[in-house]
Amino acid sequence: MSSKNDPEVPRKPKRSFSRRGFIRGAGIGSGVLGVGLLDKKALAAPAVETKAVGPGAIPITLKINGKPQTLNLEPRVTLLDALRNHLELTGAKRVCDRATCGACTVILNGKSVYSCTVLAIDAQGKDIETVEGISSGKPHPLSEAFVDNDGQQCGYCTPGFVMAAKAFLDHNPNPTYEEVKEGLCGNLCRCGTYVGVRQAVLEAAKEIKGGTRA
Amino acid sequence: MPEYSWPPMDERRLIGKPTKRRDGLEKSTGRAKYSSDQKPPGMLFGALLTSPYAHARVTSIDTSEAEHMQGVTAVRVLTGAGKEVQWEGTEIAAVAAVSEELANDALRKIKVQYEVLPHLVREEDLAKAGNRAKPAGEQVTGDPDKAFQEADAVVEAAYGIPVITHCCLEPHGNIVQFAGDKVNLWPSTQNVSAIGGDLGKSLEVPAANVHVEMQYIGGGFGSKFAADNWGVQAALLSKASGGKPVKMYLDRATELKIAGNRPSAFAKIKVAAKKDGTITAWQSESWATGGMGGGGMPPIPYVFTEIPNKRLNHTAVAVNAGGARAWRAPNHPQASFLTCAAFEDLAAKLRMDPLELFNKNLGYTAREATYKAQLQKAADIMEWQKRWHPRGEGPSSKNGPVKQGLGLAINTWGGGGHASQCRTTINPDGSVVVEIGTQDLGTGTRTAITIVAAETLGLPLSAITLRIGNSDYPPDGASGGSTTIGGVSPSTLKSATNARNKLFAAVAPALGATPDQLAAVDGRIQLKGDASKSLPWQDACRKLGTSKISEMGENNPRQPGGLMSQGVGGIQMADVSVDTETGIVKMNKFVAVQDCGLIINPKLAESQIHGAAIMGICAALFEERVMDQQSGKYLNADMEFYKLAGIADIGEIVVHLDITPENDKRGVIGLGEPPAIGVIGSISNAVANAIGVRVPHVPLTADRVLGALEGRNA
Repeated sequence: MSSKNDPEVPRKPKRSFSRRGFIRGAGIGSGVLGVGLLDKKALAAPAVETKAVGPGAIPITLKINGKPQTLNLEPRVTLLDALRNHLELTGAKRVCDRATCGACTVILNGKSVYSCTVLAIDAQGKDIETVEGISSGKPHPLSEAFVDNDGQQCGYCTPGFVMAAKAFLDHNPNPTYEEVKEGLCGNLCRCGTYVGVRQAVLEAAKEIKGGTRA
Repeated sequence: MPEYSWPPMDERRLIGKPTKRRDGLEKSTGRAKYSSDQKPPGMLFGALLTSPYAHARVTSIDTSEAEHMQGVTAVRVLTGAGKEVQWEGTEIAAVAAVSEELANDALRKIKVQYEVLPHLVREEDLAKAGNRAKPAGEQVTGDPDKAFQEADAVVEAAYGIPVITHCCLEPHGNIVQFAGDKVNLWPSTQNVSAIGGDLGKSLEVPAANVHVEMQYIGGGFGSKFAADNWGVQAALLSKASGGKPVKMYLDRATELKIAGNRPSAFAKIKVAAKKDGTITAWQSESWATGGMGGGGMPPIPYVFTEIPNKRLNHTAVAVNAGGARAWRAPNHPQASFLTCAAFEDLAAKLRMDPLELFNKNLGYTAREATYKAQLQKAADIMEWQKRWHPRGEGPSSKNGPVKQGLGLAINTWGGGGHASQCRTTINPDGSVVVEIGTQDLGTGTRTAITIVAAETLGLPLSAITLRIGNSDYPPDGASGGSTTIGGVSPSTLKSATNARNKLFAAVAPALGATPDQLAAVDGRIQLKGDASKSLPWQDACRKLGTSKISEMGENNPRQPGGLMSQGVGGIQMADVSVDTETGIVKMNKFVAVQDCGLIINPKLAESQIHGAAIMGICAALFEERVMDQQSGKYLNADMEFYKLAGIADIGEIVVHLDITPENDKRGVIGLGEPPAIGVIGSISNAVANAIGVRVPHVPLTADRVLGALEGRNA
């Protein structure tokens, strides 16, 4: 029997060097680490010029759904937490909190990202689209297709799926069934709604672009 | 008292017709506010410090630095010096602070010293369980020894199914405001009507002073009934922070460690049969864990309970890991897997089609005719007769490494309807409000209640304003055991019928009729069978003058009155491909043939079965809590390595619901659980059929498949 100090308490704040920082350095843009790592340009030169800020709160301006909003945030605050805790844009959910499940998916400069793994400070100057934005006014055809095909149960993964599907269809407006399965494998559902989701994305594609390949 | 009944099948406008989820658009546009999305004014963030050890004694705890941090409003010690923790993740201390980041900073300033104690965290090897193993005593039926001696064939094998965790996407947690002697609770619960009383008891506050509000829940699956320690701690932090609301949700790792799991089940099973496949004896030595409480015996032999000769032994193993909670059909998936795997192995030994073996032994079940018809139906959909091959002898075995196989398994479940009260209000302006203190877990409860109310009042769905998820509404039972649909449907029918009858009484004089001559049809109150004498709904309601109608309806689980019942069976079949070089199992097709009662909404009923099948695929192929005996830690308490199936992993899923006039007469029966039961067994059997050898433990990961194949070749 030995007596030990709690190893869970690190000397430095946990996030002083974090996976999030690492991913940022690797130039992640698409929400998929592998893709970020393959981006040689980003590896060669960090995208953002290094300038020490923090640890206290600083003004951060985010362009969300076309509208710039300035918040006072600590540099360690993630884009997801900025949306949920500071802007009450709660469509994006925090589930795994480490870029696995996709419930926090938003679109950053046209690409889907896991917002739990993007720092708010790094999202400055980029176009941020959230589920609230794509359905302001009339519901987005994807949101409607998820209802029509019952691609949801508890619904906690649904906004993430809708955003991942939107980014997917923006790049591939006319996908096959197989491509839908491939394109949405970055999101997880616990209730088991994939049957409806597959159908919903194919149907929305038709609705949006008049696709016929499905 | 009026008689209540479901309208005849051919007269239903809405019941039984596929209807879209009423709250679907709220969810898919991100507008739906779950409790974890709420932010009442002044909200603080709570966080929990948890034990890194599976078994330890806290020798000292110092919270002074955390307490003095600016922005930290309260710190509570939950496991003080001298107290023991029995599993990793046990709550040690809790803090509240003005921001989430600060709350987590404060946790890091709490200094805890532990004396580490010996632990046991793995149970699959019973020989290593020592005094943690508690045998439950032997149960013997008939003369198993004689039956084994006289049998034409005997198979003996070991099987195992691990602990898996619920992994609700919305973690367990809540927002709680405790000011004065009043509590506001925004929970994530399967139990809106009773959770306030549960929390109030711990806080010594009357249930009447606890107000509960929850419109959406991000998954529960049996693990979210109680107020839980995090509810109590959030309340006490709130009280200590001047009554400001405190949000406290478990982080993902803690969610997987302490917020519930499904017990494991391991067994050495011996089955005896005659040459023709008639089973004559069953013997099992099983063991299981659900944490420090051990784990009960799954109901084996499953479904085939009347096997004449049986010897059952079970041992509960206590391990230093978070405790079990109810999981979608508690203990049934384990029992179905253990039983159906042993039966399939027996069929293989007899060189018999397992479909034939199952059919041969249906006399041992409580629903012979149902299962017989279902086996036929499922086999037709799967083209079993054409496509089944003896174990490991499929045509694909000659053409490369990918082998295909078919497997089947069986399920049964109770269901029924929980206690439920509903209030229907008809206002003089024609608006209708239906209120029930229930919850919609994503099963479609909102949609079902709206359908029943609209059908009963002769109105469109859009005319019903439904209110649920609030403790101010008439009480409804917890959503467990597939009893919600059987509870809310009768209570809504009765309440809406009572309100409608009151309206008939108010309108009858104007139509020159007696109330019993009236009907509510297509938005009108009219003479039965004579639409020429009628009033539009709104004109009829105006006859109420200034007083509204408000009528209750109740479902009493003990008086089903033909509106609901319990007891179903089902058959599930899987078609898989296994790559014998990589060990990867791929789902081709899954067939679920499910017995049911009256179906309120076939569209969402089908979704329930899809969901149950996919959840079973997760457990069959991917899910496992991996404990490390060296460190006592739950190694994969995250979502990278605690694996769930993705959208590409599920194959084709075919659902057949037995919707027939005969089944309809049984009234409403819940569907959430039964189709989740036979999935693991059918997939394990399909893999054995494909590769020619049993992979004894699930999940059927590549390493286990390759290991089983190597064992065969060794």
